[in-house]
Amino acid sequence: MSVNEEFLAAAVRTATPLLLAATGELVVERAGLIYVGIEGSILAGALAAAAGGWALGSATAVALAIVAGALMAALFALFVVNWETEQIVTGTAITLVATGATAALYHVLFGPEGAGLRIPVIRPTVVPGLSAIPIVGGALFAQSVFTYAAVVAIVAVWWGLARTHLGLALRACGERPAAARAAGVATGWMRGGAAICAGALGGAAGASLVLVQSGTFAEGMSAGRGFIAIAIVALGRWRAGGVLVAALAFGAASALQYLFQARGWTLPYQAFLALPYLATLVALATTRARGAAPAALGQPETE
Amino acid sequence: MTTARLGAIERRRFAAPIAGALAIGGLALVLLAALLALGGYDVPSALAALWRGSFGSAYAFFSATLVRATPLLLAGLAVALAFRAGVWNIGAEGQLLAGATGAIAATALPLPGAIRLALALLVAAVAGAAWALPAALLRRRGVLEVISTIMLNFIALNLVGYLVRGPLQEPTHAYPQSQTIDAAARLPRIAGTRLHLGVGIAFLAAIALGIVIRRSAWGFRVRAVGANPRAAASAGLIDVPRVALEVFLVSGALAGLAGGIEATGVTYALYEGMSPGYGYTAIAVALLARLDPLLVAPSALLFGALEAGATAMQRDAGVPSAFVTVVEGSLVLLVLLLPAVTRAYGTRAGRARSVET
Repeated sequence: MSVNEEFLAAAVRTATPLLLAATGELVVERAGLIYVGIEGSILAGALAAAAGGWALGSATAVALAIVAGALMAALFALFVVNWETEQIVTGTAITLVATGATAALYHVLFGPEGAGLRIPVIRPTVVPGLSAIPIVGGALFAQSVFTYAAVVAIVAVWWGLARTHLGLALRACGERPAAARAAGVATGWMRGGAAICAGALGGAAGASLVLVQSGTFAEGMSAGRGFIAIAIVALGRWRAGGVLVAALAFGAASALQYLFQARGWTLPYQAFLALPYLATLVALATTRARGAAPAALGQPETE
Repeated sequence: MTTARLGAIERRRFAAPIAGALAIGGLALVLLAALLALGGYDVPSALAALWRGSFGSAYAFFSATLVRATPLLLAGLAVALAFRAGVWNIGAEGQLLAGATGAIAATALPLPGAIRLALALLVAAVAGAAWALPAALLRRRGVLEVISTIMLNFIALNLVGYLVRGPLQEPTHAYPQSQTIDAAARLPRIAGTRLHLGVGIAFLAAIALGIVIRRSAWGFRVRAVGANPRAAASAGLIDVPRVALEVFLVSGALAGLAGGIEATGVTYALYEGMSPGYGYTAIAVALLARLDPLLVAPSALLFGALEAGATAMQRDAGVPSAFVTVVEGSLVLLVLLLPAVTRAYGTRAGRARSVET
């Protein structure tokens, strides 16, 4: 592979968990809830995938991860929908609980030092023929099954939100919940369901970190990807297409270090690590975010 | 974004803050004991280690609990003030690191010790405010401050990582940290302990902010904007964006001061791991205190004790400190739940129900 091909493949690989989580966050935010706890769902998914992959094999591991991520979101939904607690605060607390609980459980399950848990990673699924396309073939058609699933998920969410009655009702919950309820939409269930959807996708993102990238679990291994997913949704202006582009752009910004290393260009290592965050800030500053967000985002139904 | 829920939390203060603090402390212990039992640990010996590390001796209290509580108190005030005004500043961690960086840079200046120290703390506050400024300005353009402050946290962490390997690295270039600041520019310690003068600054700040919020016109504006920005603008003729900007800057300054005090009172140098997530724990500290600056002090003390105790528990009983993180998060969820549950089911049934979740 050439340097550019390597760079593109790394960009798509890095973008995959971000796209999965951002797709989930898009669904829940369009329903009017801001789910900061998606970071916790990713962590819960990562631990479930590690434990499941170690004991039961990768297919079960993915299922467990999705369930674990969804459970964190169900807890969030119980609080913000049923008891109308403040969403950002609740999400932050969920993340805190998940950070502690996954680290504690990992110690309990795998011994005091983590016992150097090793899980076989899932190899890329190479699409015959298409992967041989020059430059982009490797990046797009020699990735793990998670990458393909993430693309399917974002397309499905685009179609579901834009083209189905369910999607219309969900978006109504995010714009004018009172009006949606008057029109007969069960807004609470809709928002709760959207949150669980987001948690499930967050859990899948966690599974991809363990089963594709690292092959093990580490405390706090989500490393802020849930927060980045929230930024990606804003960067993508709450639209499926925008989210896809923003996730890939973020992946590319993170993968720039491979390109620079290969070409022998030198910059402080930390500059690469900070670049995606800085780029996100600049992008948010230069696009007009106001008006793009769902009107009732962050607000309880009864207002 | 609404703050009606938090407004409701504010109004329902504890009738007796001390009884409330004891109840929450007790609840934390029960929760921790239950989790430890579930994890298969020796509960009595773990809790004994927790006690030894936090309140068990004068040394533990002054040199561990209070030292830990100091940055949590200042950063907790930063979060409490911001949230009171409906400014979702999740960036105390980054502002704290900016403050520590500013303080360390200022201590390198060729000035007499005491002046250098005062200047360092001033620079820390200014640096913290400066780190909050981009998020405050972006907020006016409709960028959610939750996102921008988190981005700024990551940027701050990487900036510190760069500085301690580049311009601010100690002269031998062996370790990724700044040069240790000399004794003259350090915060004085209280004899025989690791406790430094910063603890006094933190408690004074809590009292001052409590008075400002309750009694001053500015404090009223902050509360009005937090309770209902639209009403504050139309009925109270309050310049809401301006108040939000001011709150953001003061919040950043408080978090920056926390970093400056940590750098000149505890670590004496800048390095990447100097804050074990104080800025994030501060969110829990502020919420447990129901965003009341005066209650942030006991709340910070409780969290300081929990974290100091967690260190001892890990060392003496082999219990991962993560267990304490679970307790911290659960406490916040329980506190969030109280107003909603008491509203719906009455106090007693509500408590029983909230323990189940």
